Amino acid sequence: MSHWMGKLKTLLMLSFTAIVLSACGKENLTALDPKGYGAEKSMDIMILSIVIMTAVFIIVAIIFTIAVVRFREKKGREDYIPKQVEGNHTLEIVWTAIPIVLVFVLAIPTIITIFDLADTAEAESSIKVEVTGNQYWWHFDYKGEEIQTSQDLYVPVGKKVYLDIQSSDVIHSFWVPTISGKMDANPENVNTMFIEAYEEGVYWGKCAELCGPSHSLMDFKVVAVSQDEFDQWVEDMKNVNPEEKPQDAVASEGQDLFEANNCMACHAIGSSPVAVGPNLTNYANRTAVAGILEPTKENLVDWIMDPESIKPGNKMTGNYPEVSRDEAEKIAEYLMQLDHSDVNPESAGGIID
Amino acid sequence: MSIASTQKKGFGAILWDYLTTVDHKKIGNMYLAAGAFFFLLGGIEALIIRIQLIKPENDFISAGLYNEMITMHGTTMIFFAAMPMLLGFMNGVMPLQIGARDVAFPFLNSLGFWLFLLGGILMNLSWFFGGAPDAGWTGYAPLSTSSPGHGLDYYVMGLQLSGAGTLMGGINFLVTIVTMRGPGMTYMRMPLFTWTTFVASILILFAFPALTVGLFLLQFDRMFGSAFFDVALGGNSVIWQHLFWIFGHPEVYILILPAFGIFSEIIPTFSKKRLFGYSSMVFATFLIAFLGFMVWAHHMFTVGLGPVANSIFAVGTMAIAVPTGIKIFNWLATMWGGSIKINSAMLWALGFIPSFTIGGMTGVMLGASTADFQYHDTYFVIAHFHYVIVGGVVFGILAGLHYWWPKFFGKVLNETMGKIAFWLFFIGFHLTFFIQHFLGLMGMPRRYWVFLENQGLDTGNLISTIGAFFMAAGSIVFIINIIYTTAKGEKAANDPWGTGRTLEWAISSPAPEYNFKQLPLVRGLDPYWIEKMDGNTKMTPAEPLDDIHMPNGSILPVVISIGFFIASFGFIYQVDNKSWLIVLFAGMVIAIGSMLIRSLKDDHGHHIHKEDLEKEAD
Repeated sequence: MSHWMGKLKTLLMLSFTAIVLSACGKENLTALDPKGYGAEKSMDIMILSIVIMTAVFIIVAIIFTIAVVRFREKKGREDYIPKQVEGNHTLEIVWTAIPIVLVFVLAIPTIITIFDLADTAEAESSIKVEVTGNQYWWHFDYKGEEIQTSQDLYVPVGKKVYLDIQSSDVIHSFWVPTISGKMDANPENVNTMFIEAYEEGVYWGKCAELCGPSHSLMDFKVVAVSQDEFDQWVEDMKNVNPEEKPQDAVASEGQDLFEANNCMACHAIGSSPVAVGPNLTNYANRTAVAGILEPTKENLVDWIMDPESIKPGNKMTGNYPEVSRDEAEKIAEYLMQLDHSDVNPESAGGIID
Repeated sequence: MSIASTQKKGFGAILWDYLTTVDHKKIGNMYLAAGAFFFLLGGIEALIIRIQLIKPENDFISAGLYNEMITMHGTTMIFFAAMPMLLGFMNGVMPLQIGARDVAFPFLNSLGFWLFLLGGILMNLSWFFGGAPDAGWTGYAPLSTSSPGHGLDYYVMGLQLSGAGTLMGGINFLVTIVTMRGPGMTYMRMPLFTWTTFVASILILFAFPALTVGLFLLQFDRMFGSAFFDVALGGNSVIWQHLFWIFGHPEVYILILPAFGIFSEIIPTFSKKRLFGYSSMVFATFLIAFLGFMVWAHHMFTVGLGPVANSIFAVGTMAIAVPTGIKIFNWLATMWGGSIKINSAMLWALGFIPSFTIGGMTGVMLGASTADFQYHDTYFVIAHFHYVIVGGVVFGILAGLHYWWPKFFGKVLNETMGKIAFWLFFIGFHLTFFIQHFLGLMGMPRRYWVFLENQGLDTGNLISTIGAFFMAAGSIVFIINIIYTTAKGEKAANDPWGTGRTLEWAISSPAPEYNFKQLPLVRGLDPYWIEKMDGNTKMTPAEPLDDIHMPNGSILPVVISIGFFIASFGFIYQVDNKSWLIVLFAGMVIAIGSMLIRSLKDDHGHHIHKEDLEKEAD
């Protein structure tokens, strides 16, 4: 018996530890291990509210348990009629007044942080990025820098970066849990928020407002690099020559096919106002194909051949001439060689696997 | 037994009876049956959702179908399952509790039911006609205005029909409670379930018009080329969110307040103790309802309304915790010092208290806007509102079903199966939803067709899916219980619990057609309990035995509803082909023509004669 009990105890302890560990989630994705200003403020309020609420729950649970155990109908006393109590003013005032106090304790820091996170005083002197949500990808336009990119947002670590968030179609919501809470991308107005990453790293971003069939596949990344690396990246991105010929023959053919199939009607390379589809500058350093697949040539070929099978409802399907696998491979080769900067996700420590 | 049901009748006659009935009890039973049907439908949709999420990057159903599934699950559960079942209780119980023979507008009552039913059927027909709505139950523009196909059109018309029905129900209950309380039944002697029916009806009266307006705008945008929500043409899509939540937040209280009312009946009955702090319970109900209208924008903290709006709505939201807390503590104090009998009905009530407390706690946490930037639109929110709606409303419905089953159907549900169903459902419920709080914070937004591999979300989702199957098992046991009880159950006494406190327990189970042969004299709160404590076995009559005036049945409510139902197809398909306008007009002619007949033809009802009443047993 005790042997069996001991085993059970170990098992329970192990599973408890496993649950606690897994409950924190994946590093640089979870909101429970904040590494940015907004996420940290949210976490502070979360902890405060959880502490207050857990205390309330414990009180309720204790009274509830005692009431159920102690005042359960006794055998043989089924006919017993308890005293019919109308109420008790003191008690009622107590359980009205205490919650009011608790609400104040929670409300005041909440309001302070709400205004703190909405502060745009430093917006003019900071890096500003226009963020546009599209079905199902993100466009980033660095204001005053003539840099446009998509899916991977490069930011310097430890600096406030102001985001002007908007949508080109339906409502999306910009969310990088580990760095900051979310902000909706509306079609009618620009929402401004700032993000500040405390540590270098590649952070997962998600769309958090239902936007169509591929809502769950609208991932992006925030790549937080050191200030020097960020400056280097800006420099590199500004000096991209979209006309540059690739070195090897296959990629060169790919570039011709890219032009022949009129891909650039939607996909710009280099700085360009075109944002119908993702800007493909610096594609070799992308963290993912189509935001969700491993950044391999095979995946890119699959995407070019049949985007619908990867992101249902995307806007690319059916809007370009049919390409053969051979052609797709050449285009993919060309894109995978668009290495415009030495600053890449690896500079930030790479993606956590 | 009532006169009508003692005669043997064929199936056709019974069907005709239910189609034409204006009896609040039969309408209540139809609401319960239809609600249960849609509850099963919504439950199957929930299981499909959970199967899709059992493992990462699953392809059990396609992305488009998944969005249809979540939309229909949410819409069905809120509008066609939870609301109608609560309206069923209101119909079946409230007139009995106030000592009335029927509701104020029996015809309207019937019309409300048929509009709801046909609205629900209409929306579900979209599955067979090109695909269900897929913009989420919240139907945010511009996703809802730009969604291809007719799914969203079915959403608009289905909700419009059933919403009109609900509005009629709300008005009807309000007038009934104001004008038809029996002799001695003052407001402050009304049972809590009647009070919550009253307050929920006020909420319906003020909240549903906002939805109606929003749906009309959406209907015009989709069907008649207007641009209320089209930004490119000068519209504004955020307006939809405001309209939806000005309705949508009070809707939560329309659901939870009657459930609170049910628990406020069950807990005193099985604690054998008067409800603690009756007047503060009534006050808290009003306060929750009032505050419920002041907090809609807490669903919109991330929309970008600015820090001032966010702060105001955050504080308003947190304030709701105060009256809700009063209620929880009053229930606990009611049990304290009582003699608690734990049967199935009471088990659901006991399960509700900790479950709902968790839902309320996370509600306050969500109200803290800064933290909500993380919670919003993630599985944390899914967990929160399922703790409130399942842990509060569904537990309330199931508790109420066990409690009033004998009063509705004349038989007591089987206790053993009731307890098995409770434990399966209760364990399954916590398994499914507790872990979802963490999933949300670990980075899983809601309405995700797939979650990706290697993101630490696998275990949590698997546990959640397993829990959903426990809930399904519990529901199946409950259905078996219903079938078993219907076939084998023994006839219930007037007061099968022995400790009933309110008027409905003073009359036979099920209640006769006219409810009270002689209207009872109410001498205080818990009138039947007062009489029992004075040694009386029944209520003191407040009037001599006389003829009872009853309303006549009518088929017109069904015809009117069918008219609107037909017209809805006209609205939906005239976009493709203008000849569908014929269907639209034909439907409208049927509906409005029937309304004319109703208005122009006098119907004075009928009397149940004194002599016939004397022949009936008590």
